[in-house]
Amino acid sequence: MELTSILLKIVFAVLMIVVVMTMAGYSVLIERKVSSWVQGRVGPNRTAPFLVNYIPFIGPLLVRMGIFQPMADGLKFLFKEEITPGHVNKTYYFLAPILALVPALTTMVVIPFGQYTDPSTGASNPLMLAPLDIGILFIFAVSSLGVYGIVLAGWSSNNKYSFLGAIRSSAQMISYELSLGLSVFPLFLWLNAPGVEGGLGLNAVVDYQQNFWFIFVQPLSALLFLVAIFAETNRLPFDMAESETDLVGGFHTEYGCFKFGIFFVAEYAHIVIGSALFTLLFLGGWHFLPGLSDPWPAGWIGAVLSTIWFLVKTVILIVFFVLIRWTLPRFRYDQVMKLGWTILLPLAIGNLILNAIIIALIDSQ
Amino acid sequence: MAETKVIERKPLSLSERTYLPQIVSGLKTTISHMFKPSVTLQYPEERPPIPKGYRGVPTLVKDPNGREKCVSCQLCEFVCPPRAIRITPGEIPEGSESEHVEKGPEEFEINMLRCIYCGLCQEVCPEEAIFLQDVFSLSGYSREELVNKKDKLYELGGTLPDSHFKWDKKKAAEEAALAGGHH
Ligand code: SF4
Ligand code: SF4
Repeated sequence: MELTSILLKIVFAVLMIVVVMTMAGYSVLIERKVSSWVQGRVGPNRTAPFLVNYIPFIGPLLVRMGIFQPMADGLKFLFKEEITPGHVNKTYYFLAPILALVPALTTMVVIPFGQYTDPSTGASNPLMLAPLDIGILFIFAVSSLGVYGIVLAGWSSNNKYSFLGAIRSSAQMISYELSLGLSVFPLFLWLNAPGVEGGLGLNAVVDYQQNFWFIFVQPLSALLFLVAIFAETNRLPFDMAESETDLVGGFHTEYGCFKFGIFFVAEYAHIVIGSALFTLLFLGGWHFLPGLSDPWPAGWIGAVLSTIWFLVKTVILIVFFVLIRWTLPRFRYDQVMKLGWTILLPLAIGNLILNAIIIALIDSQ
Repeated sequence: MAETKVIERKPLSLSERTYLPQIVSGLKTTISHMFKPSVTLQYPEERPPIPKGYRGVPTLVKDPNGREKCVSCQLCEFVCPPRAIRITPGEIPEGSESEHVEKGPEEFEINMLRCIYCGLCQEVCPEEAIFLQDVFSLSGYSREELVNKKDKLYELGGTLPDSHFKWDKKKAAEEAALAGGHH
């Protein structure tokens, strides 16, 4: 590879990290704003860096929407006093937040986020960092590593609450990973059905949904996947790992300031990636609407528009995550396990077999 | 004895057991709440309406002529359950505007660290000179700061309308007696 293309990759990678981190930060804002609207409050509306308030009209509006709040939050984490409890296992204690964040950021490498149509040839290429053929497998493989961060955090903290939280979340993640994987297999069965040029890449899934979205064709898969994603991201109603009512803070009880900030960002990065994944698999990625051809013009404008459309869908899903948080109460731990093993898993397997039979029937005709 | 009625628990239907219709209706509630107006009061800028008869920080008030009403009878000092009030009575110098009153507080202190906002001082005051008004937030960096001195009490209290003007009437009656000699 020549130097320029390597440089280009690096620039893209940095850009993508910036975008995902910003989105993680702003999903915190979405969370806070939507939560407060649901509860009849106004949410963060005061943070104003110098002089912003003097910009006519737009300045106060931005301040009222809390646009600058994530920066203040981040700075707060940076400038807080760094406290390391005396009873922790230092090496693993410091390693855990990193281990939690790295998989969350690694998965985004294979996530396509838009398409670039060459104006001269008319061929369209997905925009992504690494066009891996095994995209979905890569994501499952890497994102399941995130549990190590949580387990290490809980174990090295030497604190019963952290430990319980970590144990719970690892058990939960392992149980739901199965249904998570099995729930999307039917999609890839269809993608690789006889006569279809598929693969395991995420761009292939999106291309396949040019005219219809998978959520309408495979509603059961979509539902199972959604539930499993909720469990994987430790969101309510599955936030066993944190459940502050019975575990103080869960696995990050002993963490403060920047280390806690990293856990926090990792959690929201998981939500962003999870929403992006759901958009790609079931909501047609950057394709406009089911049944309509894409209105994106060729060239970079079209690429940007398609990316924006993709992000819009993702943000809607993030809002949905937050709304669910204020709709459903937390499950009891045994209910979580029961739901995972006796309902989701059999349903996912049944769904897989059903789809396999349908494909076989169609093929034999 | 009341009869016990056993309510039969119906088994859940299939759609109920999936929980999905329930989740959807719950989501509907959540989303409808999202668009309701917020009830937040932007506190330091907006203030809540204070109802009549609210018992805020006790203050001293002046009469509409701007004269001090307290006559230093010390009833409030005696009645105050936590002994929050300290009054140093003083004489009113001759020739002053309010010399007819005989006595006035030289120093009047209400220790807000002790005050329990019971309102007894307001109730007992024969001169309607002390009122618990609408100041509800009180803060300071030291104990001394939270002992309200006389000037602070008047600053907080301001002037309240008065319907009696009892001392004015007394003065007028005295003057009339001196001049005319009725009674
Ligand atoms: S309100 Fe009650 S406690 Fe406070 S100064 Fe008056 S009498 Fe004392
Ligand atoms: S405030 Fe009222 S009760 Fe207290 S000393 Fe003055 S006149 Fe008497």
